[in-house]
Amino acid sequence: MAVTDAPRIVTARLGHDDSHTLDRFLATGGYEGLRKALTMTPEAVAAEVDAASLLGRGGAGFPAGRKWSMLRKDPVTYLVVNGDESEPATFKDHLLLEGDPHQLIEGVVIAAYALQVSLAFIYVRGEFALGLERVQAALNEAYRHKAVGADIFGSGFSVDVVVHPGAGAYICGEETALLEALEGKRGFPRIKPPFFPASVGLYGQPTVVNNVETMSNLPWIVTHGGAAFAALGGGRSTGTRLFALSGHVNNPGTYEVEMVKTTFRDLIYAPVLGGGVRGGREVKAIIPGGVSAPWFGPDKLDLPLGQDEVGEAGSMLGSGAITVMDSSTCMVRAAWRITKFFSRESCGQCTPCREGSGWLERVLFRIEHGGGREEDLDLLLDVSDNISPGLLWPPQQTTICVLGPSIPSSIHSAIEMFRDEFLLHIKEGACPHG
Amino acid sequence: MSHLRPELRARAEALVALYPEPRSALIPLCHLAQEQDGWLRPEAMEEIAALVGVTPAEVRGTATFYEMLHTEPVGTYVVSVCTNIACLLTGALELLEHAEEHLGVRAGGTTADGTITLEEAECLAGCDKVPCVTVNHRYVGARTAAEFDALVEDLRAGRLAGTVPPHGTLVRVRRTVGLEVPRDQVAGERAAAAAEQAARAAGSGGAA
Repeated sequence: MAVTDAPRIVTARLGHDDSHTLDRFLATGGYEGLRKALTMTPEAVAAEVDAASLLGRGGAGFPAGRKWSMLRKDPVTYLVVNGDESEPATFKDHLLLEGDPHQLIEGVVIAAYALQVSLAFIYVRGEFALGLERVQAALNEAYRHKAVGADIFGSGFSVDVVVHPGAGAYICGEETALLEALEGKRGFPRIKPPFFPASVGLYGQPTVVNNVETMSNLPWIVTHGGAAFAALGGGRSTGTRLFALSGHVNNPGTYEVEMVKTTFRDLIYAPVLGGGVRGGREVKAIIPGGVSAPWFGPDKLDLPLGQDEVGEAGSMLGSGAITVMDSSTCMVRAAWRITKFFSRESCGQCTPCREGSGWLERVLFRIEHGGGREEDLDLLLDVSDNISPGLLWPPQQTTICVLGPSIPSSIHSAIEMFRDEFLLHIKEGACPHG
Repeated sequence: MSHLRPELRARAEALVALYPEPRSALIPLCHLAQEQDGWLRPEAMEEIAALVGVTPAEVRGTATFYEMLHTEPVGTYVVSVCTNIACLLTGALELLEHAEEHLGVRAGGTTADGTITLEEAECLAGCDKVPCVTVNHRYVGARTAAEFDALVEDLRAGRLAGTVPPHGTLVRVRRTVGLEVPRDQVAGERAAAAAEQAARAAGSGGAA
């Protein structure tokens, strides 16, 4: 199994019990990236991030440097960090929030300097009680250390940072819904255009929204240079990335590996990573990038973990959540539960998503529980097609945000790959897996 | 007469002061009120509304969107069992079924003694400790039926009081520093921005 000797960029401190403290942070090079950034011009800092070709680590994979360059010129601009990690089976950002909050804060201040923003928010998923405690405690320390606040390290640059808690809503990971939540409203995604908060964002002002892991890469990029980051990985997928590996593997966990040079097989089977499939069973299917992503069969195991590579194969790396389903898995049940999730989390603004998700969930439920009809498979695909016409990849959109078009992914995959299993449920009037 | 205790009232005012627009503090203040009462009492929503400058109905309308904000009373401990995909694959539905039987309530219900509210949760980002269970949003590690029963016993006996505080995700979150970038400077910049926007709007209006 190929596990490259790429450096651990964002998880280097995570082995230590006190990795969240200022003492440990300072003893291991903490805030050196910020000190260096403050000796450069803001434009030069942004240029390093651009040179790193850092793709956003939240889910969409939009290049961070390009996002920054789109920030509309205005006297008042904001930076918002998206720490609302809630794509099912994604459990990476909360490790960074709990385990290395100073690294995140350093990244935020570097970004604020590059963007010349004087107020930044770190939006943390409300359920992350420990993460909120750790980030706020670290922020208090960082202010006293003069790494945040007025006249940072005597440079003349000032920025305030506010930690903001969410309150439980998947949709608030969508950046415009997050901004609504941050404004104290229901988390309804905003109608596009404007497509990017970089033109109209928080309080109507230009706003950059970046993910926690994206921000956490910045100290290393500034310290070592964008070129050093870009030398890792391959193609457009540079650097390392956190992959949250879950499901039927021996060692579920979050692993930082070099992009492209590592494959799904490496991640799942390498003894120091996933350690193979539970009970020595075979892989039946994998979900490559969160439950919004179309599934892969075992024939895709040797695909590199790269954004374009996975995209060209018909799915996405998304949030970096990889879920392994072994030969014992009931695919109807898996598709049903994922659909139930979307049904619960649909914000309700758009009819195709609000109504469609509920219909799909109920039809899948009756198939799983022995009440399925033969025409149900066509019905599932027809309703799916109404949510996202053509069931294409990337999906067509009939809704304000991408939650809607994400619903058909698992259903379409499950029926295409495991049609016989659906028919068996219907024929036998029960789940063959018990 | 404040519904929030003086200490919480002071924290609430400090939270409002952190934001350029007071309404942004609405959700943090709801967390704060739940820390005091366990849920969002109507009196609390009225006070929050006054603090952030909206109507009580707007507070309720916002709060009902969010899973963690309760407009009905809940137990001292909210026990969340995730059944989403990673947990589903590792026995979560079976664990939830056991939990319902053991506690004698369905998911969403509260035990008669008011100690525990059981909920079926969506992904809690603990997919390496599956099935994932949290109590008041703290990971507790109760993967088997026996471990779940032991957890309930510990909760009822108060043995987890140190690790699982009653209610409120922000109970231990304390900002001890104020904002340092002068607010009048920010306000000045905002006023300039508004003036510029107005000028732009007037300009485009004239052209049309």
